[in-house]
Amino acid sequence: MRAWSLIRAYSIAVYIFMFAPIAVVLLLAFNSSQFGGFPIEGFSLRWFYKLYDNVAIVRAFKTSFVLGLLTACCATTLGVLASVALVRYRIRGKEWITTLLIMPVLVPETVLAVGMLIFLRWLSMPRSFGLLLLGHTIIAMPFVVLVVQARLVGIKKEFEEAAKSLGANPFQTFLQITLPLLMPAVFAGALFAFTISFDNITATIFWRPAGVETMPTQIFGMLRNSVSPEVNALGFVMVFITVTVPLMAGGLARYFSRKRL
Amino acid sequence: MAQANQFDPRPWYLLSPALLAITFLVIVPMSFILVYSFYVNIDLAVDEVAFQFGNWRELFTDSYYLNAIWKTFRLSAILTVLAAVLGYIPAYFIANTKYHHKWLLLLLLILPFWISFIIRTLSWIHIMGNQGAINGVLLWLGIIDEPISMMFNEFAVIVGFIHVFLPYMILNVYVSLEGIDKTLEPAARTLGCTPWQAFREVTLPLSLPGLAAGCLLVFVLTAGSYVTPLILGGPNDFLFGNLIYDAVIDELNWPMGATLSFTLLVLLGLVVVVYSRLMGLNQLYKAFG
Repeated sequence: MRAWSLIRAYSIAVYIFMFAPIAVVLLLAFNSSQFGGFPIEGFSLRWFYKLYDNVAIVRAFKTSFVLGLLTACCATTLGVLASVALVRYRIRGKEWITTLLIMPVLVPETVLAVGMLIFLRWLSMPRSFGLLLLGHTIIAMPFVVLVVQARLVGIKKEFEEAAKSLGANPFQTFLQITLPLLMPAVFAGALFAFTISFDNITATIFWRPAGVETMPTQIFGMLRNSVSPEVNALGFVMVFITVTVPLMAGGLARYFSRKRL
Repeated sequence: MAQANQFDPRPWYLLSPALLAITFLVIVPMSFILVYSFYVNIDLAVDEVAFQFGNWRELFTDSYYLNAIWKTFRLSAILTVLAAVLGYIPAYFIANTKYHHKWLLLLLLILPFWISFIIRTLSWIHIMGNQGAINGVLLWLGIIDEPISMMFNEFAVIVGFIHVFLPYMILNVYVSLEGIDKTLEPAARTLGCTPWQAFREVTLPLSLPGLAAGCLLVFVLTAGSYVTPLILGGPNDFLFGNLIYDAVIDELNWPMGATLSFTLLVLLGLVVVVYSRLMGLNQLYKAFG
């Protein structure tokens, strides 16, 4: 069919559009030229060594990493508890509560950022790492709720009821039955939360305390009309962390679960 | 359940941390934005408690602000239409392909969500910049003698936005298309429809919820951004978010920053409300399932 091959060609073109620019960044990270762009002069790892020696970048990386981990913990905890309540219990106004929990996605991040800053100002509190953590948690939580809820709906209630009939209290039931079954979703939600935090720039620019940089704000600060080769190398590292690590984790999880069966 | 009529406090214990966080980190701050918009700005980072409409009057009378609102809505509308046109066909392809490794196509669709937004945005400097790939190829082929200037204008901003937001559109449309009964289109064909008619009369209407959800996301996300124009745009390519950024970060004019933020919140809130009246918010959640 002619129409179908047109559709296929078009779709492939869209995929190329989505990935070609990223591929270019990954490629240029290994360019030995002292300029960030083309032409490619030769293969070199020198920009990666340079990255490692750059104190500001290493510090920003550590900040982002710790912030991402903590955000993942907080957002996942809040999100899992809320999802269990929404899926497993009958409560009044469920629709409203769900909408409320999803709300941070629908509020523009810029507005959310300014709102929290003004609130902090009214409390006469300075910007702090805590603000970044709370803010990132609120931004990431809706995604955890959506992922965990979707999975929880698919877990049969009968397992939990069986545990209860065998004398387990609700807390034991949750820890020994629900949570293990829910683990893939919890893990996916936490990963999602980490990525959202690690990647956030819109709100982070508003919230960061003076002198604190995260990975994205550090890169943003390094961009002035041109891209330095260090930024390319940094891009490679970031893409590697946020893409390769989850893919490998997913692949390994699959491998082990298949082995067990 | 037997105790359906009794009040069961347990779910509320589970919900309370999340609801408290939403209340104190989202709802209360939103009301503070409104309150602060009536304050008076005295000097850099100094403001006075007041109840006056000076900031609001400035917003509604200064053509600079009105122009920014118009520009923002215009650009968001352009992007929404572009994303719908560019995104629908790949979504249709993924939903209907007989390719064995369909999971790979889906994985590639999710992958951009994991890749840093700022890296994806700045990557366009490598493509369209003066030392970028396009100029490099054209120079090498001898078609041009000097690099063509393609960056730091509205076009670059649009390309950057589309690149980041297209996956949202494709994913939403795909989820909607995937939920359609696959026998409907052949059924329409046996009743005498041409393939195009079958698509237009059956598949397209059924996929509208996903398309609408994608459009809403692209519109709201674009209208709330300010970073992409800073990286890819020129001095005149600002969005409403950039005014907020300037007011709060550069001028330290908190009352005006609050006024602008509240305006953006209300304008986009209206868009979301109109959408949820027409479509309901459920479709929005589906893409993440």
